[in-house]
Amino acid sequence: MAGKIVVETKELTKRYDDVIVVDHLNLHIREKEIFGLLGPNGAGKTTTILMLLGLTEPASGSAQVYGYNPTREPLKVKRLAGYLPEKVGFYENLTARENLMFIAELNGISYAEANRKIDELLEMVGIGEVANLAVGKFSRGMKQRLGIADALIKSPKVVFLDEPTAGLDPEGINQIINLIANLPKMGATVVLSSHQLYQVQQVCHSIGILSKGKTVVEGSLDQLRREALAGGNYRIEVETAQPNPKLIDIVNKVPGVRKVEAKGNLLLVNADSDLRAEIAKVIVQSDTPLIQMKIQEFSLDDIYMKYFHEG
Amino acid sequence: MATIFRKELADYFTSIRIFILFLLVFGASAAGLFASFQGIRGTGTETGFVFLKLFTTSGEVIPSLTTFIALFVPLIGIALGFDAINSERASGTLSRILSQPIYRDNVINAKFLAGIATLSIMILATILIVSGYGLRMIGVAPNAEEIIRLFLYLVLTIIYGAFWMGLAILFSVLFRKIATSLLSSIALWLFFGFFWVSLIVPAIARTTEVYLMLQRLSPHTLFGEATGVLLHPISRGAGLLTAGEEISYMLFNPLSLGQSILLVWPHITGLIGITAICFATSYVLFMKQEIRAT
Repeated sequence: MAGKIVVETKELTKRYDDVIVVDHLNLHIREKEIFGLLGPNGAGKTTTILMLLGLTEPASGSAQVYGYNPTREPLKVKRLAGYLPEKVGFYENLTARENLMFIAELNGISYAEANRKIDELLEMVGIGEVANLAVGKFSRGMKQRLGIADALIKSPKVVFLDEPTAGLDPEGINQIINLIANLPKMGATVVLSSHQLYQVQQVCHSIGILSKGKTVVEGSLDQLRREALAGGNYRIEVETAQPNPKLIDIVNKVPGVRKVEAKGNLLLVNADSDLRAEIAKVIVQSDTPLIQMKIQEFSLDDIYMKYFHEG
Repeated sequence: MATIFRKELADYFTSIRIFILFLLVFGASAAGLFASFQGIRGTGTETGFVFLKLFTTSGEVIPSLTTFIALFVPLIGIALGFDAINSERASGTLSRILSQPIYRDNVINAKFLAGIATLSIMILATILIVSGYGLRMIGVAPNAEEIIRLFLYLVLTIIYGAFWMGLAILFSVLFRKIATSLLSSIALWLFFGFFWVSLIVPAIARTTEVYLMLQRLSPHTLFGEATGVLLHPISRGAGLLTAGEEISYMLFNPLSLGQSILLVWPHITGLIGITAICFATSYVLFMKQEIRAT
């Protein structure tokens, strides 16, 4: 991903009274990538998004969205940015179509164009058959999908999704994640805030982890994975009946193994690739009973936890 | 702004709340008509302004139409405004609307205007229904002055309703909970409409001047006096001499239209003033408010 940087914050800071919510934040988000803004509750994710949209004024520092400053030119930013708030709400007495039509009108989209667009979007998010049903009858998942359609109605260049999967069942989460994964193909940059790491790592190209308003780490997911595990990408746990020093040497000789550590009944192997088959072979050949092997791929959780302890 | 205005207006007209209010208003018009039907024969037509009597005459038990209107207009205003902003905030639509390329003040302006439009339609409908039916009932056509007075009364009532709506909108900006804003508006209405006027002021006022001055702090009194002067040209003292006894001693010498307007000018200015204060405060608060949902 080497697109140009389209959303950027420079030393962005926000204070509520004396509490610093966002603290000299620097983020760089490239065109047509999916950027995950991660962090625990209260890390300043929502506030950052609000500042990027010009809905809240920063105390100091600045932000840029496609060359516009959201504080000084909020309308220009709002024209090209779609937003799905954390607790998205609709006019419950209006139908899905009417809700979207209202937003389309506010964006100055012509009636015919809006109608076409609404059909297309509702179909895309999979609620086309309930387009003329009052939103009050919608389930949480349907509302969330309608929210995504709503954020896309103005054909935005950048979409801010604040906790798009919060409160959904696993199937709903998958559907939303799939929808989000397709957005860059439609030409949109996506900024996604979440604390559900597993889902984020399925779709995000880059992430920024926030803690107490500060960026703890920022970069592409691949790069972070490599950084998190200094020395290799795979970690294999081998459980045997009787660990002995000889076994360590034997495993160490398998090509690709970098480091072996003994820890109780476990052998912790750091390797360049998935060497389970090879390791199993040498252990069995050495007549040691092998109980089980487990591969530990470095997930975002590990990255997250690692930086969290440091942060 | 036209888009939001249209949506708000559509919302008002499709809501059950407004349907009930319309029923109430028409019920009140019917009651007022019935009251004047009972009472108008006894009022003596020599004073002129027979048509206005339709609005101000009370029956044996039923109060006059203007009394009904004075009672209902604040309620209508409050009903139109009390959840204007905080319901949108609670349902999460506010942040969605404000992230669209519109100016933030458009939202509150459009809501206020849509409320005033609804209010005007309701009051105009009431007055027209009573006029139309009353015309058929008494067979006396209104003269030009009566029409002008009625029109002024319409404007006055709309301003009065707008004040209560502005106050309710202010509370809806101030308070996050819909119940809080509704109860605060109703509490203020009760306070000014009843406690202030009939309990507190009579208890603390020593002289008539102080009494009148304190009374006029209440928008309820302002509206009541202005109504009296506009629709009851014979009462010259605006509030002071409206008690039935004194009126019967007064010579028949109604105030001219110009003098009536002059007399109620401060009232109208005052009502417009407090309406503007309410609206301006809510406007400023809303513009500065954080819009985040939590």
